[in-house]
Amino acid sequence: MNVLQRSGAPQDPLSKALLNGQRPGTGGAAAIRLTEITKVYGRGQGAVHAVDRLSLTADDGEFVCIVGASGCGKSTLLSIVAGLDAPTAGQVDTGGRRVAIMFQEPALFPWLTARRNVELALRARRVPKDERRRRAADLLETVHLAEFADKRPHELSGGMRQRVALARALAQDADVLLMDEPFGALDAMTRDLLHDELERICSERRLSVLFVTHNVREAARLGDRVVLLSSRPGRVIEEYHVPRTGPRRIDSAGVADLASRVTDRLREEMRRHG
Amino acid sequence: MASTRTPADQGGRPGTSRDGRLAAAESSAIAGLDSLEIGEVTGARGAGRLARKAWSATWPKLLAIAIVLGAWELFYLSDFHGDSTNGLVKGPGPGLANLWDQLQHAQLWQAIGTTVQTAVVGFALAMLIGSVIGAVVSRIPPLRAATGSIISGLQTMPSIAWFPFAIILFGTSVRAILFVMVLGAAPSIANGLITGVDYTPPLLLRAGRTMGLRGVALYRHLILPASLPAYVAGLKQGWAFAWRSLMAGELLVILIGHLSLGILLNNAQDQLDLTSAISIMIVILVIGIVVDGVFSKTDQAVRRRRGLLTEGQPA
Repeated sequence: MNVLQRSGAPQDPLSKALLNGQRPGTGGAAAIRLTEITKVYGRGQGAVHAVDRLSLTADDGEFVCIVGASGCGKSTLLSIVAGLDAPTAGQVDTGGRRVAIMFQEPALFPWLTARRNVELALRARRVPKDERRRRAADLLETVHLAEFADKRPHELSGGMRQRVALARALAQDADVLLMDEPFGALDAMTRDLLHDELERICSERRLSVLFVTHNVREAARLGDRVVLLSSRPGRVIEEYHVPRTGPRRIDSAGVADLASRVTDRLREEMRRHG
Repeated sequence: MASTRTPADQGGRPGTSRDGRLAAAESSAIAGLDSLEIGEVTGARGAGRLARKAWSATWPKLLAIAIVLGAWELFYLSDFHGDSTNGLVKGPGPGLANLWDQLQHAQLWQAIGTTVQTAVVGFALAMLIGSVIGAVVSRIPPLRAATGSIISGLQTMPSIAWFPFAIILFGTSVRAILFVMVLGAAPSIANGLITGVDYTPPLLLRAGRTMGLRGVALYRHLILPASLPAYVAGLKQGWAFAWRSLMAGELLVILIGHLSLGILLNNAQDQLDLTSAISIMIVILVIGIVVDGVFSKTDQAVRRRRGLLTEGQPA
């Protein structure tokens, strides 16, 4: 079931793969390749370097968590990958893969029911009407919301709305899912359940995920790789690979251990900024 | 850039054989959490609840009528109008009798028919023109910058000031009245739509764009529905302007052989028939209130659908 499970990384191409920012042992092509991305807001004296020559690669089916303090350009980076924002310099290559994005807010259309919200994403891709209905029902089933299909967003809880947003993102048939702190506004219990859900769905659909969060534990819980960014300008300062050997829990020792190491490194980075 | 490897799941439950059961447990946990969070509201149902609802909707209106009739009676009894000798002012009793009497005659209904017909045509024109202008202006920034203040300026212009212009241009005709109605109502309608487009949440626009909505589809599926509450508010305001312009028009632009509420009001004035004038005014007031009520209900329905109005909240 776990397509992300990898074993026996070939020793020889390891250094080469790491040099490319590619995960060893996958053999797959990069789903996202960011090369020397720079984003500057404003010009002259007041110019702010949000992201500076950032290079990052995510493989097909890889779950990459991006953590960093405020102002490290995490959200900017996702906007650039999603094509909502243009980089000042550098290249984004997704090899023609379809990209969907989820925000911290569900961003559902409040005048449409859950089902119609999902159907609209299918409609935007010109899926025929009959198929839209069927696929929207399937997708809501996937996020365990079949019985709430005819509710409007304001009739749903925060966690349920975010699951509709996930169903809508999946409706875009994306190979790459960009998530900008999608569970940041949810309570811990709901978040834990959604972590399990997301993990299941991503591995079933072999999605490549760029998951931005400021919650280090969440990153350690979900990621195949945790990428730590420096603050202003954003740059990759550390990467942690997490081999998958089975289901993880947010309170397991391994996750806690990784989280504390990432946190220590993050604090060190913050002290550097005074 | 350093790279480290770490085992992260020592504390996790190993093995994939239990995945099926885990998924089932997880699904039921989610369902449980959902039902806790939704918390279906169950209240009293049936005839009793319906009756209470009807009563709570009716009594404010009954009270309002009582206040008006009371004020009318007080005005009649007081010597404030200085008319005790001429006998032109009558109390609410004879006044309502006059209204009842007029309602029995075809003349009033014919006048109502003419006026309502002009109102419908004028408002439909204003809606069409206002919507087109609003849609175009909101999507073309240079046009927006140029015409935004003109539209707002037009709104502040009292419509009655347009009548000399309209009469010179169109003569004493229904067209002159329609022209002023459109000038009065269209800016409000256009402004409503422009405001709605302006306040389309940027996050929804981002979501729409990543879903692949572009151009006309973006407008149809996102921007227009998002603008609906502000548009309905614009329509409501536009109606108020149109109705006022129409009444001013019917009093100013006297059309021969054109029996309207304005003409009846004018006749009452000529004949010093205060009671008839009041009856016609009541009819005008009631039509205005009914149409306004329709817009208010629409506005409420739109807002309720979006969760912008909680149950039981007054409009």
